[in-house]
Amino acid sequence: MVYSYYPGCTLKNKAQDLDRYARMSAEALGFTLQEIEEWQCCGAVYPLASDEIATKLSAVRALNDAKEKGQDLVTLCSACHHVIKRVNDDMQHVEDIRTRANNYLKLDEPYLGETKVLHFLEVLRDRVGFDTLKEKVVKPLTGRKIGAYYGCMLLRPSSVMAFDDPENPTVMEDFIRALGAEPIVYPFRNECCGGYISLKDKPLAGSLVDKVMESAVCHGAEELITACPLCLYNLRNSGSREKVPVTYLTEILAEALGLIPEKGGEADV
Amino acid sequence: MYSTETAKADMIREISGVNTRKCMKCGKCSASCPAYEEMDIRPHQFVSYVESGNVSALLESESLWKCLSCFACVERCPSDVKPAKLIEAAWLMVICQRGGNYLSPDEVPELLDEELPQQLLAAGFRKYSK
Repeated sequence: MVYSYYPGCTLKNKAQDLDRYARMSAEALGFTLQEIEEWQCCGAVYPLASDEIATKLSAVRALNDAKEKGQDLVTLCSACHHVIKRVNDDMQHVEDIRTRANNYLKLDEPYLGETKVLHFLEVLRDRVGFDTLKEKVVKPLTGRKIGAYYGCMLLRPSSVMAFDDPENPTVMEDFIRALGAEPIVYPFRNECCGGYISLKDKPLAGSLVDKVMESAVCHGAEELITACPLCLYNLRNSGSREKVPVTYLTEILAEALGLIPEKGGEADV
Repeated sequence: MYSTETAKADMIREISGVNTRKCMKCGKCSASCPAYEEMDIRPHQFVSYVESGNVSALLESESLWKCLSCFACVERCPSDVKPAKLIEAAWLMVICQRGGNYLSPDEVPELLDEELPQQLLAAGFRKYSK
């Protein structure tokens, strides 16, 4: 199975592990992430104003590229996923945006939201299946207590993202369990890490990260995983309380599949 | 420049697409907001400032720069009011004026560190600068 793949700006730079381990793992699991040509940055945040068109065009171009290839579009970064899925929803349901975006792009055939957008985790859950994933694990992560950090952008707004239960998500816990580790459920796993606020307001980001870390540590997590480069950056670098290591979800996947040596969440911290 | 408070209120409704009359003042948005304690005008009050034609105060509020766009208020609002859209419309009315940007490229070198992801700069400029 070949999927169109949108890596996004950070996966080509500071988050190369997120990208590299995903591609390796995909091949080991029997599917290919085929990077779309000439993709453009999604902008990292979904423009909320009703009159925003130009800021959504890069997402539409990526979506149309996948449509022309007849492939589903897979993303990894939470921000890219959020933006592209929401723009696709606009193209399906908001006539004004659909009309104006198509007027601007003048594609051979108008784009009407036909492409299916999947997060890498959705491919694992819905296409590969966690039972199959479990069978492919060669080095189970036995004994590791791993907390999933969902953050905001994968889950909310659930009416559009349709990723998982927004208040009590389970996909990352099921993923952790399939790899042989123990998932640690903690209340702040879907609370905000501060996101872009860490650029201009480090104290606020710090207070939010402290709450997440405290919640995770109190419930017994010894390491955290995330899909988002900005969450990873904030969780590692903001706040002043006790921390546990934070890695990308694709790293523990590659470890469990035997593609890289097991680092026990200590990598690169 | 908008000549009257009513014109400002109409503009904020147009940009945001929010129907402020749907709010029933239950306060769930403020209860959900991770930045609530940092805000001088709280999420459940945004609607009232627009409804009562006091948009100028909203545009001068520190709350504009505290919103995280985490969508907790959007997710949990029982009336689907979407307070995050209202606050984004307010800050757009500020940064779309000359000299109104909250982030300047000149500031960036000082903000950088070895691990800072590109995503953070892209988000910062999308949110804070026009």
